[in-house]
Amino acid sequence: MSSTPRTSVKEAVARGITRRYAYESLFRALGLGALLVGLGFLAFFFYTLISNGYTALVQTRLELDVTLDPMVIDPTGSREPSVLAGADYQKLVRDALGARFPDVTSRADLRALYALVSPGAGIEVQRLVTGDPRLIGTTRSLWLLADDDVDVLVKGHVSRELPEVDRRITDRQLEWLSRLESEGRVAEKFNRYFFTSGDSRDPELAGIWSATVGSFFMLLVTLVLSFPLGVATAIYLEEFAPRNRWTDLIEVNINNLAAVPSIVFGLLGLALFINEFGLPRSAPLVGGLVLCLMTLPVIIIASRAALTAVPPSIREAALGVGASKMQMVLHHVLPLAMPGMLTGTIIGMARALGESAPLLMIGMVAFIVDTPETPLDPATALPVQVYLWADSPERAFVERTSAAILVLLMFLLMMNAAAIWLRRRFERRY
Amino acid sequence: MASSTLLLAVAGLAVFAYYLGRQRAVAAAIGAGPRGFHSLPGYHGGYVALWCVLPALLVLALWQVFEPIWLRSAVLGQLPADVRALPSEQLGLVYNDIRNLVEGNVVSSSPSADILAAASRYAALRETSRALAAAAVLVLGIACLAWAFRRVRPDFRARNRVEHAIEYLLIAASMVAILTTIGIFLSVLFEALRFFRQVSPLDFLFGTSWSPQTAIRADQVGSSGAFGAVPLFTGTLLISGIAMLVAVPVGLMSAIYLSEYANRRLRSWAKPMLEILAGIPTVVYGYFAALTVGPILRAVGEGFGLEVASESALGAGLVMGIMIIPFVSSLSDDVITAVPQALRDGSYGLGATRSETIRQVVLPAALPGIVGAVLLAVSRAIGETMIVVMAAGLAANLTANPFEAVTTVTVQIVTLLVGDQEFDSPKTLAAFALGLVLFLVTLVLNVIALRVVRRYREQYE
Repeated sequence: MSSTPRTSVKEAVARGITRRYAYESLFRALGLGALLVGLGFLAFFFYTLISNGYTALVQTRLELDVTLDPMVIDPTGSREPSVLAGADYQKLVRDALGARFPDVTSRADLRALYALVSPGAGIEVQRLVTGDPRLIGTTRSLWLLADDDVDVLVKGHVSRELPEVDRRITDRQLEWLSRLESEGRVAEKFNRYFFTSGDSRDPELAGIWSATVGSFFMLLVTLVLSFPLGVATAIYLEEFAPRNRWTDLIEVNINNLAAVPSIVFGLLGLALFINEFGLPRSAPLVGGLVLCLMTLPVIIIASRAALTAVPPSIREAALGVGASKMQMVLHHVLPLAMPGMLTGTIIGMARALGESAPLLMIGMVAFIVDTPETPLDPATALPVQVYLWADSPERAFVERTSAAILVLLMFLLMMNAAAIWLRRRFERRY
Repeated sequence: MASSTLLLAVAGLAVFAYYLGRQRAVAAAIGAGPRGFHSLPGYHGGYVALWCVLPALLVLALWQVFEPIWLRSAVLGQLPADVRALPSEQLGLVYNDIRNLVEGNVVSSSPSADILAAASRYAALRETSRALAAAAVLVLGIACLAWAFRRVRPDFRARNRVEHAIEYLLIAASMVAILTTIGIFLSVLFEALRFFRQVSPLDFLFGTSWSPQTAIRADQVGSSGAFGAVPLFTGTLLISGIAMLVAVPVGLMSAIYLSEYANRRLRSWAKPMLEILAGIPTVVYGYFAALTVGPILRAVGEGFGLEVASESALGAGLVMGIMIIPFVSSLSDDVITAVPQALRDGSYGLGATRSETIRQVVLPAALPGIVGAVLLAVSRAIGETMIVVMAAGLAANLTANPFEAVTTVTVQIVTLLVGDQEFDSPKTLAAFALGLVLFLVTLVLNVIALRVVRRYREQYE
């Protein structure tokens, strides 16, 4: 090669340089493209969720003049709370609807007409009357909950132009609805059921409150168990454990557990906690136990990192003034490492909150309406609620699923923001 | 709930013991003066409290374990001989009936006089056993308290004892991680062995037909279930393969762009944004795959004249790939940044362009770490559940066509175990056999990946 003249090397480089630069910019564009694919998906994702979900904040209500007929509510006039609570309020609602459309007479038509309002409308009237029994006998103009089929139509999720067979609302029902609309008796009001009630077969009455409480109990159990266990394990491994095969094994094992599929933890929960120990199915206690085992590795790894970040000088100073090893750890190292440990714990909790696969295994997918009052009551969790609604055929559940996801993401965002804040505020750099 | 009251009582006793020990230590300290005193009063209090609580809790735990066994043998032993001669499963049912009677639950049939007598005996025995346990725990607690209390003296080394106890507690805590792994392995293994007693492991691992329907009646059509898991394995591999085809190029290229090209401002906001993708719950991805990506793929496929199943492997795989992007990118980012700058400078000095440096110097140096990251990502994709449960099919097709619906190991575990189940049918036990395979495969992948990553890290440090 030494015999080759210098100019030819230069020429060879010059010949290749355009191609190499073209390749360079292509490579760079590919990198940027890859990044944009990821970010673009994120944007698309949030766009879809928000555009699908924001309509769940409101729901359609119909204004009806309901006569609170004493003959229906309380024929004997006793005003006993049990009588008031047990009356057929849905009939009052139906009568009000019938009075608005006196031309509807046949049984089939009447049934179709009554289907415009939700079964929850009667409960709303009941709540009004039991709250103030003096209203009995008066006629009130009330905004009552419409059926979910009406709701999706009014919101425009289902087109009115569709042929009748493809709609769940018939042409006649549509005509009545248009009449109500032209009288200004159809409006969208704030959807409080979504935030205050549990699951329901009727989408217009379904909410996320029960699932949120279930998730709360579960996270509580997880936190109470996994935080002390995780911190204690980290302290032992980092400060006390001798370096030998045994501690190596524990370490490899913890790293492994962090990567075991979550569904396997569900199998453990089913076989051990439910079948062997006889703990109740669908209970947040079992869910919390399973999630605790799942988040434990996350907390241990973060806590160990926090402990290593405490400089040896602190330890030496403590030992130098006569502290025992335990005092050195508990009085000096642990307080300094605590913010890092808490950050790791919050991140672990956020992961636990979003987890659903192991919960399917231990029976938390049951249809549960009631809000759990203790960690032993049957409950469901927010992500599982999302899963259940995503499987439901009703069109009205689509917006609720998206809205529930947004609520879930909001909780996750808050937890992560808290973790970041904690890190910024308390973490010291040495 | 009796044991929870007992626990509260023990806790109360512990607080009492702590103050008692502390009091005595303080009183003794006044007599001994500061120099003649070894431990702070709090340690003496802690010592007394620990002695009060730990033996009592040990007895309580033992009682919790052995009481049901003892009750069972005591109650069943008194049943008439013809009942005792029943096979063990039926005897178990009888015993369940007895317990349900006591708990006031619904009983399967109207109970006979024997059963009623046994139920009342069960209730009486349980009462006695609970009372005995409570008495034993409390007496033991108080006795140990008194013993430890008497040991509180100025020269008593309470601190060393308490610190030792704390250290043992720390060791016990670190055992939980080991116990979890053992627990997972054993619980899955035992159920899987029960399954393999009914279905041969060879049929399971190499059979190509999967239809886990077992008959309720003997004469039912299709009464013999087929448990050949090969279609599940290929389905899992197909979906994970598609996911890796998306995640590895995109994740790796974004990591390269972020670490080698992007300026600090872009890096500071693009990296956390990508990591948001990792924080999104998998159920959300599943919803997205099923309700948004699936229909889009179907429409696009129709445009090209292709038949795309609405639960195609492609849809689930694509979305799973997007989920894994941040996983690949953040792990590769770490290893790429760990490559020493000197290597890059040397390459630039020889006249290489940036992309040439990256391809020929940085990537080869970072390769073991990247391989480790990809292996971890594969193990994630294989174990991912919610996306495939919501967006992949249930039918076990043995196909490599990404437009068809396939099913995966995790989907089958969920469908076999959700809902009502009897625990001895091969149908539910098959889920545990699948779980065992899943656990072992991901375990091997993780161990290899962690080892590769670790060995690589040691090189530069």
